[in-house]
Amino acid sequence: MIFSYYPGCTLKNKAAELDRTARLAAERLGFTLEELPEWQCCGGVFSSARDEIASKLAAVRALAAARDAGHDLVTLCSACHNVLKQANDAMAHDADFAMKANNYMQLETPYHGETRVLHYLEVLRDVVGWDRVAAAVTHPLAGQKVAAYYGCLLLRPGAVMAMDNPENPVIMEDFLRALGADPVIYPYRNECCGGYITLEDPDLAAKKSRQVADSAAGFGAQQMVTACPLCLYNIHKNAADGPEICYFTELLAQALGVGGKGARDDQ
Amino acid sequence: MQRIGVFVCWCGSNIAATVDVEAVAEALSHEPGVVFSANYQYMCSEAGQNLIKDAIRDHQLTGVVICSCSPRMHEQTFRKTAAAAGLNPYMVEIANIREQCSWIHKDKAAGTEKAIILGRAAVAKVHLNAPLVAGESPVTKRALVIGGGIAGIQTALDIADAGFEVDIVEKEPTIGGKMTQLDKTFPTLDCAACILTPKMVDCAQDERIHIYAYSEVEKVEGFVGNFTVTIKKKARFVDETKCTGCGLCTEKCPQKKVPNLFNLGLDTRRAIYIPFAQAVPKVATIDADYCNMLKNGKCGVCAKVCTAGAIDYKQTDQHIEEKYGAIVVATGYNPIKLDSFEEYAYAQSPDVVTSLEFERLTNAAGPTGGTLLRPSDGKHPHTIVFVQCVGSRDTSGCGKPYCSKICCMYTAKHAMLTRDKYPDTEVYVFYIDVRTPGKNFDEFYRRAVEEYGVHYIKGMVGKVAPQADGTLMVQASDLISNEQLHISADMVVLAAAIEPDKSARPLATMLTASMDTNDFFTEAHPKLRPVESPTAGIFLSGACQGPKDIPETVAQAGAAASKVIGLLSKNKLTGNPCVARSDEMLCNGCSSCEKVCPYGAISYEDKEFRMPNRTVAIRRVAKVNPAVCQGCGACTVACPSGAMDLLGFSNRQIMAEVDAICK
Repeated sequence: MIFSYYPGCTLKNKAAELDRTARLAAERLGFTLEELPEWQCCGGVFSSARDEIASKLAAVRALAAARDAGHDLVTLCSACHNVLKQANDAMAHDADFAMKANNYMQLETPYHGETRVLHYLEVLRDVVGWDRVAAAVTHPLAGQKVAAYYGCLLLRPGAVMAMDNPENPVIMEDFLRALGADPVIYPYRNECCGGYITLEDPDLAAKKSRQVADSAAGFGAQQMVTACPLCLYNIHKNAADGPEICYFTELLAQALGVGGKGARDDQ
Repeated sequence: MQRIGVFVCWCGSNIAATVDVEAVAEALSHEPGVVFSANYQYMCSEAGQNLIKDAIRDHQLTGVVICSCSPRMHEQTFRKTAAAAGLNPYMVEIANIREQCSWIHKDKAAGTEKAIILGRAAVAKVHLNAPLVAGESPVTKRALVIGGGIAGIQTALDIADAGFEVDIVEKEPTIGGKMTQLDKTFPTLDCAACILTPKMVDCAQDERIHIYAYSEVEKVEGFVGNFTVTIKKKARFVDETKCTGCGLCTEKCPQKKVPNLFNLGLDTRRAIYIPFAQAVPKVATIDADYCNMLKNGKCGVCAKVCTAGAIDYKQTDQHIEEKYGAIVVATGYNPIKLDSFEEYAYAQSPDVVTSLEFERLTNAAGPTGGTLLRPSDGKHPHTIVFVQCVGSRDTSGCGKPYCSKICCMYTAKHAMLTRDKYPDTEVYVFYIDVRTPGKNFDEFYRRAVEEYGVHYIKGMVGKVAPQADGTLMVQASDLISNEQLHISADMVVLAAAIEPDKSARPLATMLTASMDTNDFFTEAHPKLRPVESPTAGIFLSGACQGPKDIPETVAQAGAAASKVIGLLSKNKLTGNPCVARSDEMLCNGCSSCEKVCPYGAISYEDKEFRMPNRTVAIRRVAKVNPAVCQGCGACTVACPSGAMDLLGFSNRQIMAEVDAICK
């Protein structure tokens, strides 16, 4: 099974471990991530502005390239995932935006949202299946109390991400169960970590991150996992004394017995 | 050729300010067949009506055109005027030159021209009018009330009080409805049970009232004055005539783990149960989903302990057919399910409850005996947050767009009673607006704020986060001080929006009664006929028509009863002669008309037709029941062969009007 793969810029430097472990785990689970040639930065949160066109074009270009390659498009970073799905939705349903984007880009075949965008977690759930993930586990995380941290971007807006219930999600908990871990449910798992506010008002971001980490710790978590490099950065920076946080793919690779412990330069 | 009189009304300045009434009367006097034309300040006044009557007599008029307000306003008035002067009332036509002309135009020249054209169309129509005579049908002097809550109970009592027989059909094992679950009632704080249960007993004791409890309406046929209704009496597995309501079986039944729906699942009951002590009828019911005897034939304890021998495991559903002259819908409401509002953690925390659950937690007959205790640990809550408008006034699509109307007042009641009984408890109420427009309502709300120190905060709650220590962190915004609030609470109470009972939609289909997009029953006129459905003989009582509190429900119940009494006191009903008629020579029996008829007025019969050469053919043709037809005209549009026509609004008449307008 081959998927087009959009890593995003963070995965090429700070979050290299997210990229490395995801690829290793994919190989073990029998699917291939084929990196798109010449992909560009998705624009981060700037492109999620409603009235923005130019900063969404990178996403549209990636989507069109995946269509031309004939594959579904897989991504990992919560922000890239959000931007790609939102841009895809706009190309499919916002006629005005689609016309302007197509007119500007002059693609050989105009793009109208044909590509299916999947988060890596969706591939695990819908393509591989939790049973097969569980069956491939060689080093189960038995007894580990792990808190899934969704953050704000992965699931919202719920209708466009179409991934899980944004208020009471289960996908990461199901993932953790498949690895043999004991998922911790806590109320702030879908709250914002403070995001880019950390540049402008570090105290506010610290408060938000602490609230999440303290809540997870309060419900007994020893470890937190996330899909988002920014969440990981904020939690690690502001709540270093709390449960350790890593990418969900790191636990996956560990449970599958691939990759070992990589050097993480993302904090 | 008709002899037509034209009467142009000024309606004071309502018409005369924008339409040159004299010019209209003058112009229409030249129309073919018009032999008399006049204008007058108020045509509906006695003097105006006398002008019409005199003209009918003096000029031997055969048709009348009134240029005035909407026919909805005064068509009946002018028809009666014509009848009094000896003219068939259906020879009167109204040209609406007020709502459809003077009120919506500013330019007098254009308004005058339009009024002349509208008058000309009416004249053209009258030329083709024919005298119509309304038919009559008998009235069954018995009423059916569907739903036995406070609305249905009050309607039934009032109808019975006037001397008519009335049946109540209630789907639950007892009548009483939602009000039986309430603790106290606003704004006077009298106990709900104390004012309701005597009325329930009155229903049981009145010889003219028959209660079909644990029953549902299955089928409705017929029309106003002549309904035939099939009622399904669900199997209780207890003989109602033998059970004394002693309750011994409900204590001995070994199946103890049944969620008690009367307490909204906050505690459990046995598989055989009486919902509450004052139930009417006070008869036990076996819950077939939980009874061991009914499920696997092993038990029979209730039959052994019953001294009256009332238990009957072999009982089956009964189907009863009854005839009624009028039907009152009183199916009530339910709080919405909170699945779409997961940010409030209703499913995650037992300490997040709905307002109706809060009623049970404060009710002396409730699961805690009236002491307010947290469901999670049975401890006394010290901080309670009430959230209003959970799903009300919600345009996001998760909830309901309308205001549920009762929540502001019952929340004020809950907050006040909590502070009164537990002064050490801090109470917060989050609101969008506080709406208290009833008698003594605003005074009540102000007492909650000023005397009882309830913290009212304008703003909505964004999230309720259950904490590891068992408290609930309420995140909210205070819109007045523009602050983000974090309140650590022991309990959160959600004022869930209310919606019509789920049984209302299929019932509306059976009754061919119309509903709005929220499944509330529609009234015949929102102001002038608020308790009647547009379908003749169907009346509306209580929250099935829209959210209502108890005083309003009781008032509407009485109003619905008075309409039913008015109907049942007639021996014959005069129908509307403007009904559809099928030309059987043109009809090919295709069923198009039957499919669009919202009233079930069209049936089919096989009829013999003489064909050439003395042969006979049998053809299926449509037949309209004039007593059921409401004259909406849907069938005349649907009919592909042009066989359907509407008396008084025939295709020829409409085309004549169009021709006159386009001339």
